[in-house]
Amino acid sequence: MQAIEANQISKSYFNKKQEIVALEKIDISVGKGELFGLIGPDGAGKTSLIRILNTLILADSGTASVDGFDVVKDFEEIRKRVGYMPGRFSLYQDLTVEENLEFFASVFNTSISENYELIKDIYQQIEPFKDRRAGKLSGGMKQKLALSCALIHRPSVLFLDEPTTGVDAVSRKEFWEMLKRLQLQGISILVSTPYMDEAALCDRVALIQHGSIMKVNTPMHIVNEFEGVLWSVRSNHMYHLMQELKSWDAVRSCFAFGENCHVLFKESTTTDVECRAFLAQRNHQDIQINRIQPEIEDCFMQLMKTA
Amino acid sequence: MSEQIIIHANELTKTFGDFVAVDHISFNVGKGEIFGFLGANGAGKTTAIKMLSGLLKPSSGTADVLGFDVYTQSEDIKKNIGYMSQRFSLYEDLTLLENMKFYGGIYGMSRAEIKVKSEEILGLLHIDSEKNQLVKSLPLGWKQKLAFSISIFHDPPLVFLDEPTGGVDPITRREFWELIIEAAHSGKTIFVTTHYMDEAEYCNQVSIMVDGKIEAIGSPVELRSQFQTDSMENVFLNLARKSSRIDG
Repeated sequence: MQAIEANQISKSYFNKKQEIVALEKIDISVGKGELFGLIGPDGAGKTSLIRILNTLILADSGTASVDGFDVVKDFEEIRKRVGYMPGRFSLYQDLTVEENLEFFASVFNTSISENYELIKDIYQQIEPFKDRRAGKLSGGMKQKLALSCALIHRPSVLFLDEPTTGVDAVSRKEFWEMLKRLQLQGISILVSTPYMDEAALCDRVALIQHGSIMKVNTPMHIVNEFEGVLWSVRSNHMYHLMQELKSWDAVRSCFAFGENCHVLFKESTTTDVECRAFLAQRNHQDIQINRIQPEIEDCFMQLMKTA
Repeated sequence: MSEQIIIHANELTKTFGDFVAVDHISFNVGKGEIFGFLGANGAGKTTAIKMLSGLLKPSSGTADVLGFDVYTQSEDIKKNIGYMSQRFSLYEDLTLLENMKFYGGIYGMSRAEIKVKSEEILGLLHIDSEKNQLVKSLPLGWKQKLAFSISIFHDPPLVFLDEPTGGVDPITRREFWELIIEAAHSGKTIFVTTHYMDEAEYCNQVSIMVDGKIEAIGSPVELRSQFQTDSMENVFLNLARKSSRIDG
């Protein structure tokens, strides 16, 4: 049995009679103990899918199950066994750190001490502030408290909706290290993120855009399935480099990646020698052209263009 | 890039009671430069930006922005800079055109100037057909690009961008950076904060703040070689992990 199964899930919202399709025939399957990433920008449908799976809203069509329980028929059973950390901080701002945790424990008929081992790692970092009101915590501490509360009943499946959005690189890295340790405890995790670089930290990812899943696979396979040869090109003048590569008819796509342009040629036979000659003719200096491994972001953009 | 200095900060400091939010920071930003201002949450970035944009008086140290003194000429600074934040930049309940008229009006532009500039932006972003739509009906990516265009509507020589690209798709993120690179190419100076470490690589100069101090400053190439690593992410992690502030 899979931890999460979704078959042909669709969901639309209506704004002044205008239909907005949030999800269109989504299929996903998350294995027991898997760390599965839902990767896509704002508005892709990540939150809608998570809310359908943890029984907070109903799909228009399609079926889904969590831990083998149906999201419509068995919603009460599912709510007992999942943990959910919403994108927006949703704890009680007027309760202290400890009171929030106690509250969530009591709602699930358990106590902090019963599952302390599971949250110890995370909770210890905020325990010195256990008497502080949740509303007065910094962003990083709120995030740790929210995760502790989502775990206090030892859920078998954990849903995390953009836990790292707006968080700095250090806290993001620490957060992913915490997720890896939770995974070792046998918890299945579905996590959404707009940060493409976080895809590499998941066992498998779904790349989602405009309510459709463009691809599901391991990060390594997604990178291997990139179509064509990708080149990284740089010169002494980024602005002109970008403009001229884009206007060159041999170029299929050209995207800025920091000081480099990632370039895909229309013909795979186009060589770095030709590219160098093209740029040298246009007075570029310090030209560097290297064949590179695509990143998840390259793959995401290629899929967006062919979708 | 010319030698002209747009921002000159020397030992700039801000304290709140015993707490030193910004601790003697010194740096120069040149004309047409893209300056990346990085730091962990709580490192003091927002306080520093407030001082540089004339919103907050420093406790000590000096700074000139566009040749104006931050202590005595903060009004001149405000009139001559652009500012875009992730959270609040455009009025959702106004149309695209109304937003442009509003911002142009605030900066004292004439109707004729506003008209010319509005048409230029609508053309540049290919959104002429949407000009009478409410901003809230626009996709996020368009909003961000429009917000940037409006932040430089009054043609300021310097613009502050506070985490401008959160949550947008990767193609839009690139289009956004292309607008920034183009603005810098035309001589505008860009002062930008971001949590995407790969975006630091677009900057000519990057500073990294830890606990109120600037711990490293230089071009991405210089910083990578100084810390003997291949990415700005590693440079950042290296430095920010030393933080002793409990704001994690």
